[in-house]
Amino acid sequence: MKKLMLGNEAVARGLYEAGCSFVSSYPGTPSTEITEAVAKYNEVYAEWAPNEKVALESAFGASLAGKRSFCGMKHVGLNVAADPLFTISYTGVNGGLIIAVADDAGMHSSQNEQDSRHYAKASKIPMLEPSDSAEAIEFTKKAYEISEKFDTPVLLKMCTRVSHSQSIVEESERVESVKEYVKDGAKYIMMPGNAKRRHPVVEARAEALTAFAENDSVNRIEAGESREMGFVTSSTSYQYVKEVFGDKYPVLKLGMIWPMPVEKIRNFAETVNKVVVVEELDGFIEEHCRSIGVDVIGKELFSNIGELSQNLVAEKLGVETACGNKISDTIPPRPPVMCAGCPHRGLFYTLAKNKITVMGDIGCYTLGAVAPLGAIDSVICMGASVSGVHGFNKANGGATDGKTVAVIGDSTFMHSGITGLVNIAYNNSNSTVIIVDNSITGMTGHQQNPTTGMNLKGDPASKIDLESLCRAVGINRVRVVDPYDLKQCDAVIKEELAFDEPSVIISRRPCALLKYVKHNAPLKVDSDKCKSCKMCMKIGCPAISMTDGKAKIDATLCTGCGVCGQLCKFDALN
Amino acid sequence: MNNTKNVMIIGVGGQGSLLASKLLGRLLLTKGYDIKVSEVHGMSQRGGSVVTYVRFGDKVYSPIIDRGEADFIISFELLEAARYTEYLKAGGRIITNTQEINPMPVITGAASYPESLDTKMEAAGINIDAFDALSLAEEAGNAKAVNLVLMGRLSNYFDFTDDEWMNAIEQSVPAKFLELNKKAFLLGREA
Repeated sequence: MKKLMLGNEAVARGLYEAGCSFVSSYPGTPSTEITEAVAKYNEVYAEWAPNEKVALESAFGASLAGKRSFCGMKHVGLNVAADPLFTISYTGVNGGLIIAVADDAGMHSSQNEQDSRHYAKASKIPMLEPSDSAEAIEFTKKAYEISEKFDTPVLLKMCTRVSHSQSIVEESERVESVKEYVKDGAKYIMMPGNAKRRHPVVEARAEALTAFAENDSVNRIEAGESREMGFVTSSTSYQYVKEVFGDKYPVLKLGMIWPMPVEKIRNFAETVNKVVVVEELDGFIEEHCRSIGVDVIGKELFSNIGELSQNLVAEKLGVETACGNKISDTIPPRPPVMCAGCPHRGLFYTLAKNKITVMGDIGCYTLGAVAPLGAIDSVICMGASVSGVHGFNKANGGATDGKTVAVIGDSTFMHSGITGLVNIAYNNSNSTVIIVDNSITGMTGHQQNPTTGMNLKGDPASKIDLESLCRAVGINRVRVVDPYDLKQCDAVIKEELAFDEPSVIISRRPCALLKYVKHNAPLKVDSDKCKSCKMCMKIGCPAISMTDGKAKIDATLCTGCGVCGQLCKFDALN
Repeated sequence: MNNTKNVMIIGVGGQGSLLASKLLGRLLLTKGYDIKVSEVHGMSQRGGSVVTYVRFGDKVYSPIIDRGEADFIISFELLEAARYTEYLKAGGRIITNTQEINPMPVITGAASYPESLDTKMEAAGINIDAFDALSLAEEAGNAKAVNLVLMGRLSNYFDFTDDEWMNAIEQSVPAKFLELNKKAFLLGREA
């Protein structure tokens, strides 16, 4: 039966059909739904790990045990998992092992636009790249075949437009796959003597994989009516080329992006007058083509910044495109904002009011950086707030200890904030870390984590006690505040910043979007009392606006959190 | 000849535009079309501008709709309709809710919400079908049923039968909200 399936759901379906029985991942847009979807199959054990490194090492353990295993992450997650990645390339696998990595060209929900294809080349691990949901199923199954045939982990490269697009698929039955574990230290213990013998195996494997790339249908040539030019492309870029040109020109569609074929590309180039490489982000295919002596047109036409689209492909190749009319008014932008009732709002208001330097982190609370709160000074990567505040304060010789904090979410703290806190305690740093504990992984769409007491399958799980954890690493001052209580927040932050000792403040209140969270009645504005001072506008709540000079509350959005009411000096918001 | 039809569904994160694309996808699947539905998840779902693309025809390649390509733009909010008019193809149509939701730059006073956007769009030669879908959704029983009101309005421009639409609604909404959603759909169709 035909079904419409999200690219990520299709990867999950491919995992299920291929007999995968172990999945460990960390959520990250646009990869999250692979693991959420696969968790619905009872035959597959699936879990959220605290971070991508743990996830990949766990998946490797499952592979060693003889099971087909999987681990999924976003592009920046692979940076975290890069340590095991490069050495698992040397050991190879027992049961097949797939690592899915989802890039985010255009940075819809990411802090950088890195091109993960470089990891395949650098770690010498083959990488497949589906261009729609049907291929996502097909390539996932093929990836397991390649993994076991060539004794290698396989990277499955997704991107926002393939991960988050639904297209038509057909399902098949599951086929179980289990191998026996046999102790083999020379293969699996990577100390120098053994690793020296494994490196030539990796190089020979790359040669064998190149031969595979020459002949396998994963890289296919589609005929065209004209030989004037031919395209070498892959992934969503392939779809844009076909959208513009249909069957007009021949296309070499690469489904395996590393290693790439040599003779297949040379032969293809022989048949056309010129070769155009269409790919998003870096000139990865282009560089390969040039290195094997094939002259191509690529990045001189198509930018290495942002996403491509059918119009971009058309315009760069001289095909006319249309454009609808527009009105002359300037349309104000609509950036994402913290939701009405978001518990992070009160905390960031307090930090901004006290003019505190804030090392931020990755999650919904990154939105504390935008106007009118503007409360954050830097955001780099998962965990960087905690390590960063330590470096900032140490470098200033203690001068900034009393006016600088790190702000990090519960899930991000478990991912890689805890090691930074160990550093603060160990190296005697007088730094203050605020954990914004909203009892869920918020930005990626409500995933459980080690602090929530639930696992991926929705069953009760061991719940990390953040207070005990922080004390155990050597932080003696651990305070808990309710971010809806502005006075308490203000007092505790001031106390902890003044104290000559490292401290952790846990700002605790569940995400207002969680189903179990009961909202209060929406606040009402007493127009007679409202003096139009706009104090309530300083918290950037989407439920509050000024209409005819008076504050107005949108009752459909307001959750009755009461933060705005605490700011009103005239008692107009109740 | 490429016969692909393009429907853009746009709104403000949290308004429920994903249900509209799900419903449309289900309906088109039963009609035997090739389909692509493209969504954006993550940060923009937090109150930002959210766009979903639905494309169908004999063979659909690109998952996105580009400028000058949309046959229909279905908008949950007036400013968002005005933001994307360049995506409309010649002869295409905007179906929009007239509800206005202030974005943060307007709330903070850094920008203003342009006035009379629907008449300005019409004056710019844009086919626009603007109506108060929110009131109809409330009349049906829930403000969140704006998506079904808009789908009802869209149904006037397609040759699908009532049964086909109703089956797709049944497959897309929870049983306890079925009657409410069907009512919203019919109110939108007749508006």
